[in-house]
Amino acid sequence: MDHAATNTPPGAIAVRCVGVEKSFAAGETNVRVLRGTDFTARAGEMTFLVGPSGCGKTTLISIIGAILSADAGSVEVLGFDVRRARGGRLADFRLANLGFIFQQFNLLPALSAAENASLPLVAAGRSTRFGERAAAALLARLGLEKHLHKMPAQLSGGQQQRVAIARALVHAPRLVICDEPTASLDAESGHTVMELLREVALAPDRSVIIVTHDTRIFEFADVIHHMSDGRIERIEGKSIAPSEAHA
Amino acid sequence: MPPGGDLCEYERLSTFQEIGMLVVALRMLFGDATKCLGLVFGVALSTLLLCQQVSIFFGLLSRAASVIDDAPEADIWVMDPAVKTIEVPYPLRDTVLQRVRGVEGVAWAVPFFKASTQVRTRRGTLDNATMIGVDDVSLAGVPDRFLLGTLDDLTLPDAIAINPAGFRLLFPGEELDVGRELELNDRRARIVAIVDSSPAFSANLTIYTRYSLATRYTNNGRNTLSFVLAKAADPSTTAAVADRIAAEMGLKAVERATFRRETIGYILETTGIPASFGTVVLLGVLIGIAIVGLTFNQFVMENIRQYAALKAIGVRNGWLLAMTLAQAAFVATVGYGIGLAAAAGFFATAGQSDALRGFRLLPEVAVGVAVLAGVIVLLATTVSLRRVFFVDPATVFRG
Repeated sequence: MDHAATNTPPGAIAVRCVGVEKSFAAGETNVRVLRGTDFTARAGEMTFLVGPSGCGKTTLISIIGAILSADAGSVEVLGFDVRRARGGRLADFRLANLGFIFQQFNLLPALSAAENASLPLVAAGRSTRFGERAAAALLARLGLEKHLHKMPAQLSGGQQQRVAIARALVHAPRLVICDEPTASLDAESGHTVMELLREVALAPDRSVIIVTHDTRIFEFADVIHHMSDGRIERIEGKSIAPSEAHA
Repeated sequence: MPPGGDLCEYERLSTFQEIGMLVVALRMLFGDATKCLGLVFGVALSTLLLCQQVSIFFGLLSRAASVIDDAPEADIWVMDPAVKTIEVPYPLRDTVLQRVRGVEGVAWAVPFFKASTQVRTRRGTLDNATMIGVDDVSLAGVPDRFLLGTLDDLTLPDAIAINPAGFRLLFPGEELDVGRELELNDRRARIVAIVDSSPAFSANLTIYTRYSLATRYTNNGRNTLSFVLAKAADPSTTAAVADRIAAEMGLKAVERATFRRETIGYILETTGIPASFGTVVLLGVLIGIAIVGLTFNQFVMENIRQYAALKAIGVRNGWLLAMTLAQAAFVATVGYGIGLAAAAGFFATAGQSDALRGFRLLPEVAVGVAVLAGVIVLLATTVSLRRVFFVDPATVFRG
């Protein structure tokens, strides 16, 4: 890919959140979901964000993914201060640099696997032909070369998730954000998807952040951030310095 | 900010982007065939209803002025000052004709008789007929579209010409023919010509004959002259000549176009036709907005997660607007095309019958309805557009 995002050196900080606050109105009360959350993800690593339901994981990755704004704190993603940008500029940032994998896949039911996977390229101005060629190559790496022209409804859950992965990676984003990527899959499919993610998405200058409840896939993590009640409670992993282990 | 450029900058090829995303938009629409058909059907139905009703409305108004249209040689119509429409003439004295001829600037003036009469059909029933009596010598006022016979045949004894619809009314199931005889007011009348007159507002049967015969075929009392048709010697002075006739004679004298307008205005003012057709047109628009609006809204709601996913990926609101408008434009164009074709088919088929002859799809109506169809679809998509605009991309992270 030849978009203009700058390279992040291996091991460099790709995402840095400091003191992030976020509240939502719930009736007459205000629910504080993030309470001064600090979070870091490095290039070349697969960072897991785990914790019980309602602890703020999804809110945090929504803020990191520049689709939700924080009330306070600083959020720097790939060196870009997402809190200072608005609207179209944030959309452009996402399109150029981020890839999303959703729990519900969110594939367009009217588009084939290749067409779905090519969407970020087409949205960025590439021709549909170019996009589908790139998508087909990636889908082939994900083992879907025989399913390029199938509609999502004709694919199994695991296959749909692989199409969603292809869509998240086709434009070679520097940061891939995954929300429960294995929640809809059986153990074997989930394992396969994680192996593929590690193989295809991760590179020395690229980061993957995964929100999950699925303990079966923890083995794929380089770093695991344990979140509770709106804060990072504990960090464990290969590259964690002792001083970072307890946030 | 890291060196090497702006992270928001992305190589864009805008033309491809627009086309590519518009194709995606249309594929989304086609992917839900039921709703796509529902949307197209809604616009088509509205278009058909609007085209058909508005064209019939204008056709009816045109019929009201058909007698005036069929006498294009007369520039000026002279009548009793109380007359508002050609449908309700008030008899003038016969001497009026000579006096009009004496007005300065008048090239010629001829008598014109118009009355309603009853004709007994072959089945024994009575039917209403419009009797037109024209100048015995010039025969001015008879349309020049003869299907059988000629204008000169009207100079024969007891000669009348009738329109094709009238012939079929009198002689159902028979081929158009001349030479048959009728009884009008206990007098013999012989059909010598079939003339393709413009469809009339109030009767299917129109009889053309000489003025002298027409007064005998009807019992209209002492004064029999309905109108005087006149022509100015200099066409550029028609209005002035009409004013002069009115001033000198105390009668109403107006140009043909004015009388036509007044006749149509009379219909608009004194009948429930405009209100009736207006209501149907309004219903057509409302039904269109309701069907298209509800269906489109449902379509957007069912795809709202997909729109949210596109937003999360980085598709801007402007592109989503373009995508939604592309879907709306497709629905409007195809729906309008189908509705227009159906309306044209209706008039091509129904227009063959005597009751609906002359009604046709007017180009002005087609253009006007195209604008209305666009408005219907735009109004109907406005609510949906709001939903697309304000959908929270973070929705995609919710289960």
